[in-house]
Amino acid sequence: MDVMPKWADVVLVPLFSLLLAAFLSALLILAIGESPSEALSLMVQGTLLRSAGWGYMLYYTTNFIFTGLAVSVAFHASLFNIGGEGQAMMGGLGVSLVCLFIPWPHWSLAIVGASVGAAVFGMIWAGLPAYLQAKRGSHIVITTIMFNFIAAGILNFFLVGALKPKGSMDPATANFPASTHLPTFEDMAQLLGFEKMFRSAPANVSFFIALLACVAVWYLIWRSPLGYEIRALGKSGPAARYAGVGSVKIIMITMMISGALCGLMAINTTQGESERLILNFTEGAGFIGIAVALMGRSHPLGVLLAALLFGFLYQGGAELALWTKIPRELIIVIQALVILFTGALTMMVRAPLERLFLMAWRG
Amino acid sequence: MDFLTLVQVLDSSLRLATPLLLACLAGLFSERAGIFDIGLEGKILAAAFVSAAVAYTTGSVWVGLLAGIGASVMLSAIHGLASITLRGDQIISGVAINFLAAGLTVVVAQAWFGQGGRTPPLQSGGRFEPINFPGAIPSKEMADVGPVMQLYSELISGHSLLVYVALLTVPLSWFVLYQTRFGLRLRAVGENPAAVDTAGISVVGMRYAAVVICGVLCGIAGAYIATALQANFTKDMSAGRGFIALAALIFAKWRPWYALGACLLFGFFFAVDNRFQNILLPAWSLSGVLLLTAFGLVSYVWRKDLLDKIVLGGLGFGVAFVSVLIVISVWSAGMSTQIKIPVVFIQSLPYILTVVVLAGFVGKAIPPRSGGVPYVKEK
Repeated sequence: MDVMPKWADVVLVPLFSLLLAAFLSALLILAIGESPSEALSLMVQGTLLRSAGWGYMLYYTTNFIFTGLAVSVAFHASLFNIGGEGQAMMGGLGVSLVCLFIPWPHWSLAIVGASVGAAVFGMIWAGLPAYLQAKRGSHIVITTIMFNFIAAGILNFFLVGALKPKGSMDPATANFPASTHLPTFEDMAQLLGFEKMFRSAPANVSFFIALLACVAVWYLIWRSPLGYEIRALGKSGPAARYAGVGSVKIIMITMMISGALCGLMAINTTQGESERLILNFTEGAGFIGIAVALMGRSHPLGVLLAALLFGFLYQGGAELALWTKIPRELIIVIQALVILFTGALTMMVRAPLERLFLMAWRG
Repeated sequence: MDFLTLVQVLDSSLRLATPLLLACLAGLFSERAGIFDIGLEGKILAAAFVSAAVAYTTGSVWVGLLAGIGASVMLSAIHGLASITLRGDQIISGVAINFLAAGLTVVVAQAWFGQGGRTPPLQSGGRFEPINFPGAIPSKEMADVGPVMQLYSELISGHSLLVYVALLTVPLSWFVLYQTRFGLRLRAVGENPAAVDTAGISVVGMRYAAVVICGVLCGIAGAYIATALQANFTKDMSAGRGFIALAALIFAKWRPWYALGACLLFGFFFAVDNRFQNILLPAWSLSGVLLLTAFGLVSYVWRKDLLDKIVLGGLGFGVAFVSVLIVISVWSAGMSTQIKIPVVFIQSLPYILTVVVLAGFVGKAIPPRSGGVPYVKEK
């Protein structure tokens, strides 16, 4: 088991998985008659070499940090929260109720209110499956999948009904009042005197909230008694129970934290970007959280790096779709391969690495 | 609603239930052998695309069907490799397969046909045609004949071959699972693999067999969607059917005949949703049902502990609140006492029912005991 040093396990396995995924994607690009190297350079040019590209990338990254952290926290308790999508949708509902019906004087207050709304709604939506798992023994994977669909139904119900402004045809709420507008990176750059930075890119202050969430999750999991209990339950349910950790309580709390994190994603998409609630605003970010958490080894720093990578892929994928015949769905393939290699085929990825280390040890 | 409308709704329920049924039985084989499969959706989607693309290119729906099954079995093999041989996480593998199919189908379809991730419409020969039984009359003349003839011509006759195949798969699955040695072993592998291993039977072999059967059935389900229900492939056309099949599987408590019932019920919800735009109910009955539910929940938790009180009691008060809202809105609207059931409610009903069943309030759904646990042979 301990053939590899810990750093190799943490760094090399995800990197090797990523290389495998990249290699297979390159083959796919070749197979559909495009050039992988050109595709990569287009992605880099459209993302890393323009400030607006960064603005889009960090916008996606913000979403993925929230959902990645959410999945990670649940992973630590051996819970698989596949319902990030639904929890984020409910979070969006929370954000829009707060933004539409409370007259906020300033964005700094509005973002606090919206965060609370988003977190509470996400919390409730994760709390129900958690309750069903903890008290009624229903499998949390299945219930959270079902809750994704039910959340989509609820969102749809409100957006074609009560929350849609009169006379509008779009399934969306009215625009939020201007006082809830979150400063984007463009606004902040102008404040600092850079006129042409991050032009019309959607990244906004919620990126910093995502960074704060990373620190908070790190503290929670590795520095707080609650985190200790969460990890104890995740390692061994019976042992944790023997040590006096109440599994019902920990399952509830862990899932509610997870749901709150997913819900918080909505301050970025709904209050920050669209400034109204729209259908399908989550765009699968809840699921990408799974890939991010797996790739980031459920550690906040890893999640941050993986979220940056996926942010790059999403923005780069949009560039590819714009300039080549490669559709955006290529990114979904990469995402699937990353999940496959880091989550399901880990033994296959580790075996050659372990052999390498064995050879090195023996000299 | 006249009799003919009812027959038409039932007819469409059967059509819509077919892919659910095939996928549900696919999941049944896999999960009964102890392999969780949330990748049903991806397999259906992959099979739908490959069958449509091959049927279009070759002009033969049979070649398409075979190719679709092949694609689905290949994804099954990946799932088997990950979850049986490499003992990886079955749920994560399933998630990955869903994404793999969602991404690959569009990328390949775009490169192959250049129509934005679709295939061109299938011509005759490239799709499964309805089979008209002897003596069945066309739907134009349906209004002039008696109810028995309507039932025969509309509901029993006039489906594509795969609908009948799906219906026959139910007794076949039951027979294989409960009347053969193979079935006994397969179920045993899902309950207690160590015991099966002790008896000298290969756990790995049995589980691979189950996963391949799952792939074949998902393949037929996908081919049905693209070449019989519709006549081309469109992006994400499986539309969550794999997950609904999973729900039906739980609803059916992992039994073949129950699966038929669950899938027909869920198919019926879809048919109702397709057919009727507005479903009107008297407001008093709706709010009455909601109030009863709320009362049931609150009285259930009366003597339970605090968490039950907060969650279920809270739910109960939420439901009661909605019912009060309905009463108030009817009151303020004046004479109209009919209330429109939102379409999304009908669409969400399969999921809500599954959660209720999972919660164990209406019968208990107990999954195969070793489901999701990789088997490690003793050395």
